[in-house]
Amino acid sequence: MSILRRRPYILAHLAKDLKIEWRSKDSANAMLFFALLVVAIFSLAFDPTNPYLHKFTGAILCVAIMFAAMSALNQVWARELNNQVLDAQRMTNASANDLFIGKVLANFILLTVVEIILAPLFVIFYNLNVIGQAWQLAIVIPLGTWALIVNGVFFAALSIRSRSREMLLPLILLPIFIPALLAMVMSTTAIITGASDPILWIKMLAVYDIIFTTVCLLLFDTVLHAEG
Amino acid sequence: MSPSLIDGAATRKTPITRQQEQQAPATPANMPTVAQLENVSKLYGAFAALRKITFQIQSGRCYVLLGENGAGKSTLLRTLGGLIRPTYGAIKVFEDLRPEEARGRIGYMSHAPMLYDQLTGAENLHYFASLYQQRDCLTPAQALSAVGLDPELNRPISQYSQGMRQRASLARVLISQPELLLLDEPFSNMDIASAHQMLALVQRIREQGHTVVLTTHQRDLAEPIADYLVFLRAGALDSLQQGPAYAPSTVGEQA
Repeated sequence: MSILRRRPYILAHLAKDLKIEWRSKDSANAMLFFALLVVAIFSLAFDPTNPYLHKFTGAILCVAIMFAAMSALNQVWARELNNQVLDAQRMTNASANDLFIGKVLANFILLTVVEIILAPLFVIFYNLNVIGQAWQLAIVIPLGTWALIVNGVFFAALSIRSRSREMLLPLILLPIFIPALLAMVMSTTAIITGASDPILWIKMLAVYDIIFTTVCLLLFDTVLHAEG
Repeated sequence: MSPSLIDGAATRKTPITRQQEQQAPATPANMPTVAQLENVSKLYGAFAALRKITFQIQSGRCYVLLGENGAGKSTLLRTLGGLIRPTYGAIKVFEDLRPEEARGRIGYMSHAPMLYDQLTGAENLHYFASLYQQRDCLTPAQALSAVGLDPELNRPISQYSQGMRQRASLARVLISQPELLLLDEPFSNMDIASAHQMLALVQRIREQGHTVVLTTHQRDLAEPIADYLVFLRAGALDSLQQGPAYAPSTVGEQA
């Protein structure tokens, strides 16, 4: 079904999620706190004047984003489980994929905002000087963020009927996310150090995004309507 | 198109107060039905929540499901709404659809309000109305007014009283003007005055020709509006009786 025809439903879910987050700021605060914690701890662990530090900054950046996202993804369906809102959504004309895309977009926007806040802090804490083509970071980071969010929202939905869902999500998500994390770290490091061409890693990240977004869209209806 | 829940003229007469205790036929002939259950069973492992339930839900009628805790009332409603699938048997709604294919035409109200705590009643209803693009929805103000809530009330659902939550939940069900309303214990956790107000709302909906299936433990409260009383015991259909509000329709139904 055309995404244009589904757009009103997707926008309704997206607007609702952003409105609730704007009021509660639960996810944004948790993500920002974890990201800042990771950045601060690693900046204390490593000497910022160390000339080799820039080789690790790509990995630190990716880990900070991943930890930030995990803190929010654990609670991504909590509002829907509370008061059985999810059942009310299942009874509407909107499809499961409309709900999924709306939820992914809302969390993608939130994490992007956190990353934008994080960027200047990262430059200050790590004395960051990008030697490669910095604009490529504007491709790598959103692609990596999308990979994390699309899988996170999907596997969080998969684990909502489990009693130990908060334990289960990282156990399922992190191994699945490893190829994307690897591509993200390698491409970010290549861009920051300028030592190699990140294009191959960026392509890998894009292919990963396409595959996993497609698979999640194909399976989400089954996951949402599954009986626990 | 079903009549409007707020401004449509009543299509049914005032409920009859005389109780008709005779056994009603489980599958009366020549009646318009909105749902048909055939040997519906639902198993959770070895536990049978529903056992071979067979009956028809006729258009414009109010069915009150009665039974002890664990009798299968809520499971039956969730199965009718397409939220769970029967393990055995078949359910057809609106002639030849499976419930999951007709979810947009069915309104379901649960024990929980099924609304976002962080949003106001109007915001919640605006959100849910936007998820029924093909249906002729009420405005949030119309739906809230229909259940006796102030549409201008700028307070999140989390700050509503239990009675207000139940009404807001009913407003959510009403917003899409569903043809079949499934109400799971709409009077629970309400004081007697609020419960009577809720009952009056349900009665008005029924009088406007909408089909209502509701569960309750408060038989005395709900019985006056019942066309049929459906008794469930241990997941099985114990009996189906005509209720005090039953009146033969003009399309061939025999009392």
